[in-house]
Amino acid sequence: MATATLPVTERENYLNKEYGIRSWLFTIDHKRIALLYLLSVTFFFFIGGLFALLIRLELLTPAGDLVQADTYNKLFTMHGMVMVFFFLIPVVPATLGNFLVPIMIGAKDLAFPRINLMSWYLYVIGGILIMHCMLTGGVDTGWTFYTPYSTAFTNTKIIEAGLAVFVAGFSSIFTGLNFIVTVHRMRAPGMTWGRLPLFIWANYATSIIMILGTPVVAITIILVAAERLFHLGIFDPKLGGDPLLFQHLFWFYSHPAVYIMILPSMGIISEIITCFSRKRIFGYKFVALSSVAIAVLGFLVWAHHMFVAGMSVYAALIFSFLSYMVAVPSAIKVFNWTATMYKGSISYTTPMLYAFGFLGLFTIGGLTGLFLASLGIDVHVTDTYFVVAHFHYIMVGGVLMGYLGGMHFWWPKISGRMYPEGWGRLAALIVFIGFNLTFFPQFILGYVGMPRRYWQYSPEFQVLNVLSTAGSTILGVGYLLPMIYFLWSMRYGKQAPDNPWNAAGLEWKTSSPPTTFNFDETPVVDFEAYDYENIKDTDDDGGAH
Amino acid sequence: MSDSPAVTAHNPELRHHFADMAQQKDAASLGMWLFLVTEIMFFGGMFCAYLIYRLQHFNDFAAASQSLDITLGAINTAVLIGSSLTVVLAVNAAQRGKRKLLVFYLVATIVLGCTFLGIKAKEYTQKFEEHHVPGPTFHFIPTRMAGHPEQPPIDERHAEMFFSLYFVMTGMHAVHMIIGVGLFSVLTFQSWKGRYSAGYYTPIENAGLYWHFVDVVWIYLFPLLYLISLHG
Repeated sequence: MATATLPVTERENYLNKEYGIRSWLFTIDHKRIALLYLLSVTFFFFIGGLFALLIRLELLTPAGDLVQADTYNKLFTMHGMVMVFFFLIPVVPATLGNFLVPIMIGAKDLAFPRINLMSWYLYVIGGILIMHCMLTGGVDTGWTFYTPYSTAFTNTKIIEAGLAVFVAGFSSIFTGLNFIVTVHRMRAPGMTWGRLPLFIWANYATSIIMILGTPVVAITIILVAAERLFHLGIFDPKLGGDPLLFQHLFWFYSHPAVYIMILPSMGIISEIITCFSRKRIFGYKFVALSSVAIAVLGFLVWAHHMFVAGMSVYAALIFSFLSYMVAVPSAIKVFNWTATMYKGSISYTTPMLYAFGFLGLFTIGGLTGLFLASLGIDVHVTDTYFVVAHFHYIMVGGVLMGYLGGMHFWWPKISGRMYPEGWGRLAALIVFIGFNLTFFPQFILGYVGMPRRYWQYSPEFQVLNVLSTAGSTILGVGYLLPMIYFLWSMRYGKQAPDNPWNAAGLEWKTSSPPTTFNFDETPVVDFEAYDYENIKDTDDDGGAH
Repeated sequence: MSDSPAVTAHNPELRHHFADMAQQKDAASLGMWLFLVTEIMFFGGMFCAYLIYRLQHFNDFAAASQSLDITLGAINTAVLIGSSLTVVLAVNAAQRGKRKLLVFYLVATIVLGCTFLGIKAKEYTQKFEEHHVPGPTFHFIPTRMAGHPEQPPIDERHAEMFFSLYFVMTGMHAVHMIIGVGLFSVLTFQSWKGRYSAGYYTPIENAGLYWHFVDVVWIYLFPLLYLISLHG
């Protein structure tokens, strides 16, 4: 970098190139759009978190004393809808993915910058709709919109919530489409498929699910809305329709949606673990292709959500078997990450702590997923807190740990500032403890028979529920801390060098923060990803050790 | 195509983040194809629902299908295939840089698209008058069943499901047609202003792909909805 000797504040970068609200709202720079997304998903994370807090407070005592049953139904519905559609699905692709995909492959921007901006606006419109829906009464069907309750019985705001999800869905379709075209058509010279960072592979696989799955949930929502508005008979059993068809169509998207959430985080973990083990990834091809395998297999397992809803034994057996199959590529990843660390030179930085957390929590979440994939146990624990604990281990323990790890890892690149390492480690520890205290008791609760989605429960479940509520408070503190010190670091943090972690990858070869076009001239790639054996350790590591 | 590198490098339509026009065109058409994949999945959900119910309630669906106007459906099929032809000719005119011809074929496509929508509206009106629109006023008496003298009793509720799916599927298709007509109106205006040339006509080509896709959806809808059990 010719300008590397100037202080950060004087170098032109994507943040200080233009100022003012217009320069943000009409930007087509993928990095600025990533920050717009960052702000909006963080907002919805705290809205969804607020609902979670109210749920946990209600469950502090066995009696339904804080809220009425109807209100409780709305609370868990809105918690689910906001967290799934407005946080977990866009969180990594739309923020870190948006920021990093072009830089990591040596491109100036995504293939369609204006579509990228449009997808943020779609997200915002969906967000406004869901906020309006919440403030004017909300929805009580659960985030799954099951028919015939949603089409014929409930008098809550199904249409508006459905429209919000529909619009947000198109935001995610356009993000996925943009990523796929970018990875195919915009790679720098020498950036072959075999040299792509694993974060790119993960986002590529995610994008495949986004463009194949999301349209199906979109049409399903339209059918529900049409049935509700115009009295069409699609899923209505009164006319000979089948509510199970709704469940099939819904889960055809909504199960793969789980992989939309987890795959990008897995990509982040690959980046973090190689960097802080100072080692080449173990089995690059297997880690890369296991992302694609998860995307493909993920489309063939949806009916395991419906084992007790009524389907033939043979179909159930096949879906059970296929659900086990998804565990194979997932396990390949976990084993390869572990093998990468073997004989590595490991440093316990904040991102690495989150990666460790991810490994443990994802493994528990994944293995309990196998419990649920086996027919006998599933019948026992369906619609209990066991299921709730399982998917929170994946979605919160997996997705959020990966996301937070990634945010710390790339924060110097995004903001040009270092976050305070001590606070970072403390927050990671608090998140890990708070998370386990919140959700581990729920496994036990579910196994001994506490059903989900009830606002009151038998007194014998109280001890474990109190533990869970206590844990959620700790977890909340753990999530607030990074927000505070990230904001603090934007003004007071140490200025970040271009490559604070001495990491491989094109994003570390440009300035921190990058210029608007990412690179002064298009890079030529003549090295494989994660060539850590050939990267000399220097002392200039931004205080990582 | 006469794009020498020197010409493409200075094309005013080249966006900053692409190296050259070829890369930009490749990206745009890959993007369009992927969008069509999402559209296939979108319509796929409805086709899937339709096929499952049709297998379950075949006789009722066939009887309900008999009340659709096959002549109007067939005319519409011809109109749409004709519009696909005019789109191809429009793309060809753009490739050869013939501005007036391009505008002519685009307008022809819009006219054919509107003709289709007009005929569709006529069909919907008929259904409305016959009380075949699902809802409280729905009423269905099977009219004729060619080749089925011993016709089994028809379940009116299943016929109502057929018409529900008929309206949703053709309705979504019509929405796509309206979007297409809007798209071509913008393109016609831009072409008239001379925005497209032999060096840059990607939007025409991509809109054409979209239009062909919408046509293909109809090519499936027509036999599936109108031509059930017409043999014999």
